[in-house]
Amino acid sequence: MFKNLTIGQHYPVESPVHELDPRVKIIMTFVFIISLFLIESFITYLVVGLFLALAIKVSKVPIKFVIKGLKPILMIIVITFIINLLMTPGKIIFQIGFIKITEEGIRQAGFMAIRLTLLIMGTSLLTLTTSPIILTDGIESLLNPFKRFGLPAHELAMMMTIALRFIPTLMEETEKIMKAQKSRGADFESGNIMSRAKNLVPLLVPLFISAFRRADELAMAMEARCYRGGENRTRMRQLKISKGDFVASGIFIVYFAAIIMIKIW
Amino acid sequence: MSIKAENIKYIYSEGTPFRTVALDNISIEVKEGDFLGIIGHTGSGKSTLIQLFNGLEKPTEGKIIVDEITVGEDKKLLSKVRQTVGLVFQYPEYQLFEETVAKDVAFGPMNLKLPQDEIDKRVRESLELVGFNFNKIKDASPFDLSGGQKRRVAIAGVLAMKPNYLVLDEPTAGLDPAGRNDLFEKIKTLHKKANVTVILVSHSMEDIAKLVNRVIVLYKGKIHMEGTPKEIYSQAEELREIGLGVPQVAEIVNELRSRGFNIRTDILTVEEAKEEILKEVRKRNV
Repeated sequence: MFKNLTIGQHYPVESPVHELDPRVKIIMTFVFIISLFLIESFITYLVVGLFLALAIKVSKVPIKFVIKGLKPILMIIVITFIINLLMTPGKIIFQIGFIKITEEGIRQAGFMAIRLTLLIMGTSLLTLTTSPIILTDGIESLLNPFKRFGLPAHELAMMMTIALRFIPTLMEETEKIMKAQKSRGADFESGNIMSRAKNLVPLLVPLFISAFRRADELAMAMEARCYRGGENRTRMRQLKISKGDFVASGIFIVYFAAIIMIKIW
Repeated sequence: MSIKAENIKYIYSEGTPFRTVALDNISIEVKEGDFLGIIGHTGSGKSTLIQLFNGLEKPTEGKIIVDEITVGEDKKLLSKVRQTVGLVFQYPEYQLFEETVAKDVAFGPMNLKLPQDEIDKRVRESLELVGFNFNKIKDASPFDLSGGQKRRVAIAGVLAMKPNYLVLDEPTAGLDPAGRNDLFEKIKTLHKKANVTVILVSHSMEDIAKLVNRVIVLYKGKIHMEGTPKEIYSQAEELREIGLGVPQVAEIVNELRSRGFNIRTDILTVEEAKEEILKEVRKRNV
């Protein structure tokens, strides 16, 4: 059931992209998203696609794996496509009853679908090439300047680390409880929505209980080791900008400049 | 009637870097009335194997046949298979969810869509089988019970489906010695009185030696040894090589023999060992 979930899943191989500093990668991903929303022509998407293809190639993550990450949001892409297709006013080229398809609609729908696809592929490349722990380290480091305004950067990062850390655990647990209840004849796959929701009770009750138990145990274990938040806390992994980061940033700036240039033209 | 596994192969995460072969060419037959022990280290594939028995997982290659039904061939028969092969997972107390013990045990038979009076009968029977006083326990919340009690309730929940085969995965993990002995007694009774075929999965030799009449040793997804407990435990050296211990009694007997005592090495219980050692000592004194 959960085997196809790629969002947030780390793909552990050695590659130049994996070795980049997480802060650099996060900023690049962020700017990459902005660049997607600046685009107004299909040709520019070609540039984005090429750039993304290059990044995936260098990252050594199989393209199949990246595409598989699209599966969970396929429905969202399809719905966006259909809504844009039908709701955009403009020059009508096709009409049955009240359903109108306009030239602008096709254009807009295609745009949105491509944009979403690239967005997900780009961001999942970040999570695929960065282990969750390093990723939150990067986020913490990037949020540090905002500490001055009272933002609890370390606490937020710790919460994220813990949440991410427990995703696989809870998924495993879900699967285990599901199997146990299936062994007692539970059925999670058939029936209408109401009965399906009801059938989830034997799964959710034990899951919640165990989640709370785990949280309790973890808090206790952290306290036993004198954890007390971010103040004066040193870390094992120091983030360091290296040569590769400059090279990657250089390539990225060229890419972003190209997008801007095309836009200005 | 039997559970038959034919040339089973099971591969996790095929086509990713996480690919692992959990089971490799396994063939076993568990006949009705058997008391089979499956021993193996963590990661030897024992938990995967038992999940194949009731169709929770599908083998990558090979076939599982439960009482003439090929598992997975017909989806409609899957619930029949799950009823026939009762699977008690590790730490089964974490699957309890109902407000009362009786309701929780009734979950299985309810899913089988049995009539209410049959359900009530089975709930009572299975709770008594695991050693509860039905009237005392039935309205208690499962979350107020002790660890050992919870586990027995969870096992009753599986027994209420009236399985022909009962598969228990590390049933005594995390229990204190008293709770452990108690549970093993209950399992023994089940096998004898209720005529249930039992498959006991464990990494502890000690536990298995006392109970089962056949042992399969899994190692790295393959069947490494197969035989009666006595046959298995007399090969202490080989067991140690794959990281499994032998029961303390067997260990002592083996050690004594290697130091020149002429005693049998296929001994499983303390009682037997005592007799043998005394015999030998008497011989020497004479």
